[in-house]
Amino acid sequence: MARIIVVTSGKGGVGKTTTSAAIAMGLAKKGHKTAVIDFDVGLRNLDLVMGCERRVVYDLVNVINGEAALNQALIRDKRCNQLYILPASQTRDKEALTIEGVGKVLEELAKEFKYVVCDSPAGIEKGATLAMYFADDAFVVTNPEVSSVRDSDRMLGILASKSKRAENNEEPIKEYLLLTRYSPDRVKLGEMLSVEDVQEILSLHLLGVIPESKSVLNASNSGIPVILDEKSDAGQAYDDVVARYLGEDRPHRFIDEEKKGLFGKLFRSK
Amino acid sequence: MSLLDYFRTTKPSSASIAKERLQILVAHERSSKTQPSYLPQLQKELLEVIRKYVNVEQDAISVNFEQDDDQEILELNIVLPDEHDKVS
Ligand SMILES: Nc1ncnc2c1ncn2[C@@H]1O[C@H](COP(=O)(O)OP(=O)(O)OP(=O)(O)O)[C@@H](O)[C@H]1O
Ligand SMILES: [Mg+2]
Repeated sequence: MARIIVVTSGKGGVGKTTTSAAIAMGLAKKGHKTAVIDFDVGLRNLDLVMGCERRVVYDLVNVINGEAALNQALIRDKRCNQLYILPASQTRDKEALTIEGVGKVLEELAKEFKYVVCDSPAGIEKGATLAMYFADDAFVVTNPEVSSVRDSDRMLGILASKSKRAENNEEPIKEYLLLTRYSPDRVKLGEMLSVEDVQEILSLHLLGVIPESKSVLNASNSGIPVILDEKSDAGQAYDDVVARYLGEDRPHRFIDEEKKGLFGKLFRSK
Repeated sequence: MSLLDYFRTTKPSSASIAKERLQILVAHERSSKTQPSYLPQLQKELLEVIRKYVNVEQDAISVNFEQDDDQEILELNIVLPDEHDKVS
């Protein structure tokens, strides 16, 4: 049976798509057959971040409307044959996604895939609520910043009440915190909420901290999920996240300031 | 202790202000999600009854609902005016 993961946040631009691309690639690279779905109908972006934008023929809404079969719409990743992408439609029709339609697509995917990653749009409207409705696990992507933390808390409320699991009185969705765009040096200066601060407020299980990193933009510029940039801090942080999700015990990294060179040390000495 | 550390301990950092604000806000928003829907109406009707006897302000009454693991507490707080001027 597949596990359905929703990558959600409430607030926009916090790193959901970056995260979806990275963890889907990470799970697939570990040998698990994985599909990643873009729920951001109207503003599709996952295809760009995954680097398959020129191979999009059909999309999620086409499948829901019966205009294409699921396997016609799924794009197989060129780097990893265990990974498939289902792009979002660019229609502006807000009613294009229906609960029955999404349910059927996920049910069909669940037969073939081990993991289905749902990249949620920002906000709390239809696309976002449908992306989480069928989820088993939720990755709550949060930036160390007031609006993002508050919105994450609102999403937790919705996850707990407006999901299939909640409505059927099943075991609730497993929620994990993913703190992204973290700058240890700004935390040290007291300018940014720390991991502990955010965890204390949201009281969620911390799956990982992704540092603010230039490698993320470089990766999306070239359409490569950042997890494939094994030398980068963000890539390694996402690799840890996938390993921890799969049950491996890895110590948290990238929470403390980078060791400065001699010059930095002299400069900071008391 | 360096001068920088001195400033750090005396002036609350912006992050600690952010944390405090969030803790209050999140606690409030979480509790308002679980409170019963009749609360605003209850508050309004209570106000009407009390005003028959005591001249209180609109915001003189607060009704709070709290939920622990094993009990629910309905807390009613009425602030009476200084000279208990009764409505005759
Ligand atoms: N760890 C990071 N370090 C630096 N930049 C990052 C990081 N994570 C994300 N970004 C940048 O932040 C921007 C938004 O990222 P992304 O598109 O993944 O967010 P999103 O939550 O999917 O946004 P939306 O809500 O619009 O769907 C992008 O420009 C991305 O490159
Ligand atoms: Mg996105």
